[in-house]
Amino acid sequence: MKEELAPGRSGLKMKEFPIWEKGRKGRSGFSIPKQDVEKAPLDKGLQAGSLNLPDICELEVVRHYTRLSQWNFGVDTGMYPLGSCTMKYNPKTNEKQAVLPGFAGAHPLLEPGLCQGILQIMYELEEFLAEITGLDSVTLQPAAGAQGEYAGLRIIYSYHQKQNSPRKKLLIPDTAHGTNPASAAMCGYEPVMVKSGDKGFLSAQKVAGLMDEDTAGIMITNPNTLGLFEEDILEVAGAVHSKGGLVYCDGANMNAIMGIVDMAKTGVDVLHLNLHKTFSAPHGGGGPGSGPVCVKKDLEPFLPVPRIVKEKDGAYRLSEDLPDSIGKLHAFHGNFGVMVKAYCYILSMGHLLKKASQLAVLNANYLQKSLKGILHLPYDRPCMHECVFTDKIQEMFKVTTLDIAKRLIDYGFHPPTIYFPLVVHGAMMMEPTETETKENIDSFVHAVREIAREAEENPEILRAAPIRTRVRRLDEATAARHPVLTGDIVNK
Amino acid sequence: MRYLSHTPEDIKEMLKVAGRNSLEELFAKIPEDCLRKEDLVLPEPLTEWELDNHLEALARKNSDSASVNSFLGAGSYDHYRPAALSYLLQRSELTTAYTPYQPEMSQGTLQAMFEYQTLISALLGMEVSNASMYDGASALVEALFMALRISRKKNKVAVSRLIHPGYRDVIRTYFGPTPFEMIELPYLEDGSTDISALEGYEDLAAVAVQSPNFFGCLEDLAAFKETAAGKEALLIVSFTEPLAYGLFKNPGSQGADIVAGEGQSLGIPQSFGGPGLGVFCTHKKYIRKMPGRLVGRTTDKYGETGYVLTLATREQHIRREKATSNICSNQGLCATMAAMYLAFAGGSGLQELAALNRDKCEYLKREIEKAGFFIPFSRPGFNEFVVDFSPDFGQRYTGLLEAGIIPGLDLGTFYPELADHYLLSVTETKSRSDMDALVKEVSL
Repeated sequence: MKEELAPGRSGLKMKEFPIWEKGRKGRSGFSIPKQDVEKAPLDKGLQAGSLNLPDICELEVVRHYTRLSQWNFGVDTGMYPLGSCTMKYNPKTNEKQAVLPGFAGAHPLLEPGLCQGILQIMYELEEFLAEITGLDSVTLQPAAGAQGEYAGLRIIYSYHQKQNSPRKKLLIPDTAHGTNPASAAMCGYEPVMVKSGDKGFLSAQKVAGLMDEDTAGIMITNPNTLGLFEEDILEVAGAVHSKGGLVYCDGANMNAIMGIVDMAKTGVDVLHLNLHKTFSAPHGGGGPGSGPVCVKKDLEPFLPVPRIVKEKDGAYRLSEDLPDSIGKLHAFHGNFGVMVKAYCYILSMGHLLKKASQLAVLNANYLQKSLKGILHLPYDRPCMHECVFTDKIQEMFKVTTLDIAKRLIDYGFHPPTIYFPLVVHGAMMMEPTETETKENIDSFVHAVREIAREAEENPEILRAAPIRTRVRRLDEATAARHPVLTGDIVNK
Repeated sequence: MRYLSHTPEDIKEMLKVAGRNSLEELFAKIPEDCLRKEDLVLPEPLTEWELDNHLEALARKNSDSASVNSFLGAGSYDHYRPAALSYLLQRSELTTAYTPYQPEMSQGTLQAMFEYQTLISALLGMEVSNASMYDGASALVEALFMALRISRKKNKVAVSRLIHPGYRDVIRTYFGPTPFEMIELPYLEDGSTDISALEGYEDLAAVAVQSPNFFGCLEDLAAFKETAAGKEALLIVSFTEPLAYGLFKNPGSQGADIVAGEGQSLGIPQSFGGPGLGVFCTHKKYIRKMPGRLVGRTTDKYGETGYVLTLATREQHIRREKATSNICSNQGLCATMAAMYLAFAGGSGLQELAALNRDKCEYLKREIEKAGFFIPFSRPGFNEFVVDFSPDFGQRYTGLLEAGIIPGLDLGTFYPELADHYLLSVTETKSRSDMDALVKEVSL
């Protein structure tokens, strides 16, 4: 049998060409509603020619995406210990609730009287997030973590303008996510890098030395990207506040400390959360997310509009009346569909959120201790929700972090976050999350142990990995040198 | 709790390995003054069944597009979505995956994104697309920033007043801390942007217009291109209703340098305005100046075709503060929905559907005119138009709501000079009798 005639490659590994190759003019996969009005004449000069999009029947579209999905690995497929991404289980009931017609079919410009259920969800979710973080007020408008960062910094910018004390610089630790300096630059700040101390967290002395009255504040991540709680946070915040600066916290790692730490008490003025990490909304292969921002009372006047207000009679309305607001970040109200999922998660968990954080930290510490010695542990101290290893032991066999990561794929695990944080050479950042069972973690440890043995005995197999996937290591250099970003139907 | 798996024995064994005596002890390194003293004050956890009841009750308190006869559009449109599309979105290998940093185990997401980039570029007549941005507003802001980067020395952009008011608000927010300035172009009596207002401005990095614009009218993009090019400014075309390009000439064919708009119409639920889909397309020569994630085609060492995230040197994790944007995600699942929608509809289906939208809209326009109301803007449009319901329509508006009809959006809030003017949208979901019901009620 000729290879191109067979639908599959071998058994269940189906091949699947780009979707336009299934098109034949005259097919259709869409039920067009009946023409119940007269056709309206149209000026030919305005009209497009025929569209360069394929015509495909319904079954073939269904097969196409079903096959593509089979080449993908999600949390529902297996353990996904991607550090700082909090790949916890995405509860299915949340998906069901978010597509109820009363939510999915609601227009964003409905007047408040016609969308009380939606406004109630948003209002209560804001209250829940304030309670969980310890901060006073919340906006749900930012569409993702990076937009939350931007919003938070934009609030700090407006605050200093209002104080007649505009500032040019912003302190950012060297362990920060790459979005932090990029967000700072969009607010016009010049990022000033703060080196983290030997123990893996910031030294208050160093921060005090860099802090001055031209510095808007500091952008910290706590727990930080090494998986450590910033033990000097109170002194760091004190040093920043003493010069009139504000403390911004990237809350990407909030999953470690729900119900345990009061972020307001740590000296944080502004914090963003990721509903798609801590609050269980799925990542969708890169989005949509949602990045609410929580602030202390004195920053509330700067939050984006509209605000949701609850009247004395219990009715909700939208208010644009906030003269010092930074304005709008989204055409409408942010990613409401994602908010519903987080709201459902919090209602399902309640006070058990604290238990979730405890178990997330337990899983990470168990993993850290179990892998210690197999992989090199650069910061050997109790961790929070994630732990960072390196390839230092495997280096002598000329095996790298990348090779170990790729070999994990063959064992059926998603690799950890690799080569981040940048301050750790050959980093592997692992976050098991609370939803993995002990058996799953044991099985992951077993795989890493096997891989470490292979590194010694047969390093070639690691360098060739993955070998069990549909495609092998891909040529990323050529992809960047000669970019092909669209298929052949474009500009035909 | 069904999302947590640890038995008391598991916890005991794991604590032992971790060298801790209790769960509390795991947090011993946190300074005492940072700890919460009291428990979280949250509602008691709901069972799955209690949650169903609670959310169903909340959902019933909203007037969704299927339960009322609504003519609201203005950047969010009610279109039919095939059951097969919703069904495919339950493929959790796609929904529960992260950003495809490990391409060998993310070929599904990556090929879906490559196909999205291709199909959306073909629809808009552009050479390349990114893998999407947050929404139409964020895409437009990023387009303006990109034009300013390309122009290097200029710091001014001209933006039509007929670009969605929400988008212009977002531009103001983002321009706030920058040296950049936005000039707003007024509109003419026929419902199009006044191109002559560009006279006298020689230092513009970009001219941005929306077509169909906020009033539903088509702009003369070719004329804007000519004027912009004469000033060495880039032409940015925005949109909120991409279905229009099923019928009308696309922005690429009329000279757009960057196209940045909202793709919600392409199979994405309205969902109170989000998540939507920020569409961003441009020409090949600008790809290294482009924001957002990109998927490229390549091969593995055995020559097998595969897809990867590419041109990451523009992005934050490498460039940090010098990145083209701070955006490090996309609306992956929404872009997948849009690609699926375009695949189900096909080129022929999209054309037919677009024509039907316009036919229905033209029907309502005629009937409303017959009923004695004035349609102020004469430019050809797609599935949206403005009606002058004056005088004193505000009082009758309530009556219409009681009859289960939302007669569009009151424009007075956004354009004070247009009191009692309403923006009405008609898509394929509106039947002739839905429209007749509106005409009957407003004529009473």
